[in-house]
Amino acid sequence: MIPSDDYEPPSPEPADRGWHDASPRYAFWRGMAVGGSVPGIILFASAAGFGALARDAGFSLANAVYMMGIFFALPAQVVMLDQIARGASVWAGTLAVSLTGLRLLPMSVVLMPLLKGPRANRWRYLLAGHFIAVTAWMEGWRRLPLVPAHLRMDHFIGIGIGLVLATLAGTAFGYELAGTVPPVVAAVLLFLTPIYFLLSLIATASGLSDRLAIGIGALLGPPLYLVAPGFDLLLAGVIGGSIAHFGAKARTRRAE
Amino acid sequence: MIGAGELQATADLPTGWTLALILTLISLGAHEPWRWVGMFLGRNIDVDSEIFRWVRAVSTALVAALVMRLLVFPAGALQGVHVVVRAVAMVAGLAVFLLAGRRIAYGVLAAAAVLVVGQLAIG
Repeated sequence: MIPSDDYEPPSPEPADRGWHDASPRYAFWRGMAVGGSVPGIILFASAAGFGALARDAGFSLANAVYMMGIFFALPAQVVMLDQIARGASVWAGTLAVSLTGLRLLPMSVVLMPLLKGPRANRWRYLLAGHFIAVTAWMEGWRRLPLVPAHLRMDHFIGIGIGLVLATLAGTAFGYELAGTVPPVVAAVLLFLTPIYFLLSLIATASGLSDRLAIGIGALLGPPLYLVAPGFDLLLAGVIGGSIAHFGAKARTRRAE
Repeated sequence: MIGAGELQATADLPTGWTLALILTLISLGAHEPWRWVGMFLGRNIDVDSEIFRWVRAVSTALVAALVMRLLVFPAGALQGVHVVVRAVAMVAGLAVFLLAGRRIAYGVLAAAAVLVVGQLAIG
């Protein structure tokens, strides 16, 4: 029923016959299934890494799992753990978490036009918004254009719930297994996330602006982290994205 | 080995329902609103407009920067893998991904395999 190897770049036409005459319920369950496919498995592994960190920081299992669900954004959670474990003030922790959350703003803007439709209402928007973190954002960006417009909201909520369930299970798994796996296995778990993000970015890229944004963002990331930790992702996004966007535009204009 | 400072910090850690309440307040007060603001700003945006294309490029560059930060300055156990092994594994994953018709699963598997082999060979 659910193809696990449908990793093709988005095409403008809904080519998949499975969507023909599909119901909202079908769209939802098919989204949920993403939680059990490659992105769900990788997110499970990332959440396991977070579960192990949370245990080290002195969290209970219940609060580690709760934190995964209420934030659903691993960078914010790791920053928060770090601040709490160091005994930093609540306000310093809140500021750091808020800075990591700012990166979700442009992602939400970009996904919103895909979510609009007759099945969207305020509560569904709020629910769908909670799932916007890198993995669900990329899966939405890649899959929603292939889905008939009136089913996209249901499909995305399905994707979000499937991925949240995968992370809750992963957090509990990592919490229980912390310290018992060989270091090389723990290292691989932490390595899966960046490599999946990178390949997804390339798979969904279309056009010169996207390719430039990936290359320039990647180049700017590490030096900006050394110069301005905390602000590095936003700076890399705004500077790299602007160079890519205006560079691609100038190039296109010259070609015309 | 735990330093005295870390023990002190752990003793101050809020626990149980207090911690759950703090997590809820920080999430809903300082983190989730960015998602709401983004959706509010995106609700009437034209996907062919200049501003939308720019925001899309910003999002893409931001995630690319996150990728490199996670690879170059990793947290936890990945720090124990030499940066050269991490870089070679990333390039191998990228190559397999492209050669295998842009299939993400193959690229991820190849990168993970190269990381394990490289680490066991060097470490």
